[in-house]
Amino acid sequence: MRIELEKRARVSTLFSLLSPLLALVLTLVFGAIMFWLLGKSPLNALYVYFVEPLLEIWSLHELAIKAAPLILIAVGLSVCYRSNNWNIGAEGQFTIGAITGSILPVLYPEWHSPMILPLMLVMGMAGGALYAGIPALLKTRFNTNEILTSLMLVYIAGLFLDWLVRGPWRDPQGYNFPQTKSFQIEAVLPEILSSGRAHWAFVFAIAAAVALWFMMRFMLKGFEVSVLGQSERAGRFAGFSARRMVWFSMLLSGALAGLAGISEVSGSIGHVQPVISPGYGFTAIIVAFLGRLNPLGIIASGLVLALTYLGGEAAQLSIGISDKVSRVFQGLLLFFVLSCDTLIHYRIRLVFARTKPAEVTG
Amino acid sequence: MKKLIIALAASAALLGGFVTGAEAQEKTKVCFIYVGSRTDGGWTQAHEIGRQELQKALDAKIETPFLENVPEGPDAERAIERMARSGCALVFTTSFGFMDATIKVAQKFPDVKFEHATGFKAAPNVATYNSRFYEGRYIQGQIAAKMSKKGVAGYIASFPIPEVVMGINAFELGAKSVNPDFKLKVVWANTWFDPGKEADAAKALIDQGVDILTQHTDTTAPMQVAAERGILAFGQASDMIAAGPKTQLTAIVDTWGAYYIKRTQALLDGTWKSEQIWDGLKDGILTMAPYTNMPDDVKAMAEETEAKIKSGELHPFTGPINRQDGTPWLAAGEKPQDGVLLGMNFYVEGVDDKLPQ
Repeated sequence: MRIELEKRARVSTLFSLLSPLLALVLTLVFGAIMFWLLGKSPLNALYVYFVEPLLEIWSLHELAIKAAPLILIAVGLSVCYRSNNWNIGAEGQFTIGAITGSILPVLYPEWHSPMILPLMLVMGMAGGALYAGIPALLKTRFNTNEILTSLMLVYIAGLFLDWLVRGPWRDPQGYNFPQTKSFQIEAVLPEILSSGRAHWAFVFAIAAAVALWFMMRFMLKGFEVSVLGQSERAGRFAGFSARRMVWFSMLLSGALAGLAGISEVSGSIGHVQPVISPGYGFTAIIVAFLGRLNPLGIIASGLVLALTYLGGEAAQLSIGISDKVSRVFQGLLLFFVLSCDTLIHYRIRLVFARTKPAEVTG
Repeated sequence: MKKLIIALAASAALLGGFVTGAEAQEKTKVCFIYVGSRTDGGWTQAHEIGRQELQKALDAKIETPFLENVPEGPDAERAIERMARSGCALVFTTSFGFMDATIKVAQKFPDVKFEHATGFKAAPNVATYNSRFYEGRYIQGQIAAKMSKKGVAGYIASFPIPEVVMGINAFELGAKSVNPDFKLKVVWANTWFDPGKEADAAKALIDQGVDILTQHTDTTAPMQVAAERGILAFGQASDMIAAGPKTQLTAIVDTWGAYYIKRTQALLDGTWKSEQIWDGLKDGILTMAPYTNMPDDVKAMAEETEAKIKSGELHPFTGPINRQDGTPWLAAGEKPQDGVLLGMNFYVEGVDDKLPQ
């Protein structure tokens, strides 16, 4: 017996709908087996992982905090990837956005004006966009591979941040610890509700996702993104410019990553420090693909991924399993989602006959 | 497809078979939050050993859940809040960088007690505890001066905070008490926990010609590098002899267990109150790992110094001591107040490095 993958004549609508659910079920089943092997009650563990964090108000707030940067970055990346531009340096754009956005509160801690926060957000977006503009320039000018350039710029951004907070930006009263002064109250992104810590970054994330969904669905720009992404030649016939699309998609995704960066620093951390992200810019790539590069799907996938972080912590505390398990869980989820997507384009055939594979001709 | 459905159904049935209710236990929860992995072989592992001793000592009355690899920053605040909400009566936050998060959460949960390691911010429900690591470093300095052929040791430092600067100075003072010309080179790894960076720092120091290494970072990576390059080294926080059986001279071993048991017992007895503890060798909060890979006379000297520090006869910071630039700091016989040590932000004479300011 052997298993064959046979290409479907057309994309299966049934499996387009079923595939994410199937992936979720498989993840849960294999997760349960993993918990069982670890000697824990699987149902209890899954409950702690995926249900308990949703039952308390404070924990929903934490979910929003964790999901916001993932969604913000991922929706920007989705436009990039749809247009066949592979920006994988969102982590760097996030970092630079956090730096440029923090210029005002760090250098002018005495400036108490309601203007400061909007300015910070705009400067953060501008910083992220400009930083993404570097690979865009290199690609349009010198035909450089943006995968490499955007990735390498991540490390430069990280080291620049490191230098800043250990050097010129270090708080003189901070016992030599590498962090800036705490931001003045006007420079802190406020909480949405008084019931928890979740701040406006989550609102930005939802707004950005809905806006980009609208653009991709109903606006000419969205059509341009899809056409150029699928076939640059066809796009040229339609009068679209691939070069301008490189600029558009890179600047857009950079600006959103920058917004995520300054929101995280201003809303969640309250000062600048050497490490401001647990890899949001890279996790967002997973989020973008889990959401199938659809902005609304990305809201869902961002929340699911954030849930695995919170659930992992809850499970560590209440049933004593290692923090590595949450990473395994994320891996399982991604693996099953991507492999189940195969079923959309292929059907599985079990071949029982002991025939040799047909000779390939032509 | 049919097979798939059968497989899924079977899995679901399998799953159902394992359902058991989680029983809520009526034990006091004493919780721990770690910045690194509890098997890091250094700082976090020392706390983990303390936690295990605590669990063993008071097994009938308490449980001790923990969170590991918690980054300092917004994640720490969430993690500590989660502990407070999950019914922890006492929370040990075991990294300097958890300080602000601990204070913030403690304000929200006045009934939960917190103990923050190595910090300087306290509250009615936040105690701090620390260890006089510098006592061990003074002994290490003496050993280094005896064992080094070149008269230069290398120090892998984490962050230029008073705690670390104090350790560097104590090491140099110990070394100078044996060899007045002893030099100390410092590399700032700017991390507590990063095996790669720590190893790089170790290599850089060895390339600069040091033949003894000591570290104020959390992993065994520098010890391994020292072992590969065939020089001697000191362990930090945990006994690192396994990483360098022919390399480790001794190690400062953090022994938090007794402290954890004492404080948890106080909580159970209802006598817990916020204190600022700074204990040393005599209290058993730090101990020296066995003195190995050294001749007997060096070992005897180290043991004698250890005994003198324990008895109070010797304080590592006793004048006359000059600052790095040669200006006097302490007059002959003078000893600094604890507050001065805890805010130390300058080098003593003989340290071959510029303190990052």
